[in-house]
Amino acid sequence: MQTIEQYLPEHPFFAGLGEDVIALVAGCAVNTHFRPGEHLFREGERADTFYVIRHGRISLEVRTPAGPPVVVDSAHADDVVGWSWLVPPYRWLFDARATEETSAIAFDGACLRGKCEADPAIGYALLQRVVRVMSDRLQSARVRLLDLYGVRA
Amino acid sequence: MTALTDRDRGAAPVPDPFLPRPFVVRATRQDTRDTHTLELEPVDGEPLGFAAGQFTMMHAFGAGEVPISISGDPARPEVLVHTIRDVGAVTRALVHAQPGTVLGIRGPFGTGWQVSSGRHGDVLFMAGGIGLAPLRPAILEVCAARGDFGQVSLLYGARTPEDILFGEDLLGWAGDHGIDVQVTVDNGQHAWRGRVGLVTQLIDRARFAPASTLALICGPEVMMRYAALALADRGIPKTRLRLSMERNMKCGVGLCGHCQLREFLLCVDGPVLTYDRLEPLMSRVEL
Repeated sequence: MQTIEQYLPEHPFFAGLGEDVIALVAGCAVNTHFRPGEHLFREGERADTFYVIRHGRISLEVRTPAGPPVVVDSAHADDVVGWSWLVPPYRWLFDARATEETSAIAFDGACLRGKCEADPAIGYALLQRVVRVMSDRLQSARVRLLDLYGVRA
Repeated sequence: MTALTDRDRGAAPVPDPFLPRPFVVRATRQDTRDTHTLELEPVDGEPLGFAAGQFTMMHAFGAGEVPISISGDPARPEVLVHTIRDVGAVTRALVHAQPGTVLGIRGPFGTGWQVSSGRHGDVLFMAGGIGLAPLRPAILEVCAARGDFGQVSLLYGARTPEDILFGEDLLGWAGDHGIDVQVTVDNGQHAWRGRVGLVTQLIDRARFAPASTLALICGPEVMMRYAALALADRGIPKTRLRLSMERNMKCGVGLCGHCQLREFLLCVDGPVLTYDRLEPLMSRVEL
């Protein structure tokens, strides 16, 4: 398996970042593993991490009063999970649960926030990338709200 | 009385496009909660040749007539296959037709996917909901000549896991024909282990060489609009992006105008049209 330093420059999320920035980001990252059923994070908890999934599958879920949680999105290899680490009050809004053996890189969001504040150029570069992830997910959610595959759309 | 010329005597009778041919239902299958597949055979025994992407006007006697895309194998014209979603009185009558029922068929009508123009390149199928049914003949055509095509991908979005069509086909296309089949659903229950999300999110996961890729898209028009935009952004030429459009087809032969989309009469100019021609029309209100 590639090291984090080898993997990050090949990942679309980090494409275009300089070697020094990659090294800085990699300094805030560790490899992690989740067993099926294990949570990456839960709604309401403090959000100080984000993840890049290397292998496996993650369900993004909303708990409901009755019945099992509703799965609102899924994440798979190479997907980026979590942006609440960048947005005050830094709390997770969903549960994220591994549904199969999952390997991921966990980034220390608190560490990265500090570096972003110290160097706005790095902050802007990372923010651009996170905003793209947010935009894709927002677009996905909005279009699915239309229920296009319903009776008439 | 005018005497018949030799030419008149030798001419075969021109089939009346408004006269339904009787077809008998041989088999039915319930695919999902509201979608059924019918296999029909011509009562007169004459096979109904068709091009992948074409549709027929299906007539349930006493109920009415609706346009339905053919979902069968173009290499087997002796069996006419239609996958029908129950959305109204006529389609309800069709999906409840039992083996032995005689239905009327006019057509086939319209333009096809022209899959052969994708030979020697990559092919990307993109389907949403019932839109997989009109693509099925094209996928079968590619499977039958798999060696003539490069990377072939099918990106398919359904409403829920229970709404996924042709489950066995999907497995066979992936397992037996090396097609990269990726499925996502809008709403996933807790037990669903596949993808949850929008079908366009699958594009980044598909492997294709944009300049030589033929992309065939079928689904709700909003979905096709976003899909075509995303695929054009990825570099697929707009002339190689084909979409199957749906309007209120009635006559099937370009006379009545019910299916008009500005300069196009979709029953003859479509349903399959290229994105370079459709792009200016797809965002217009009330077209």
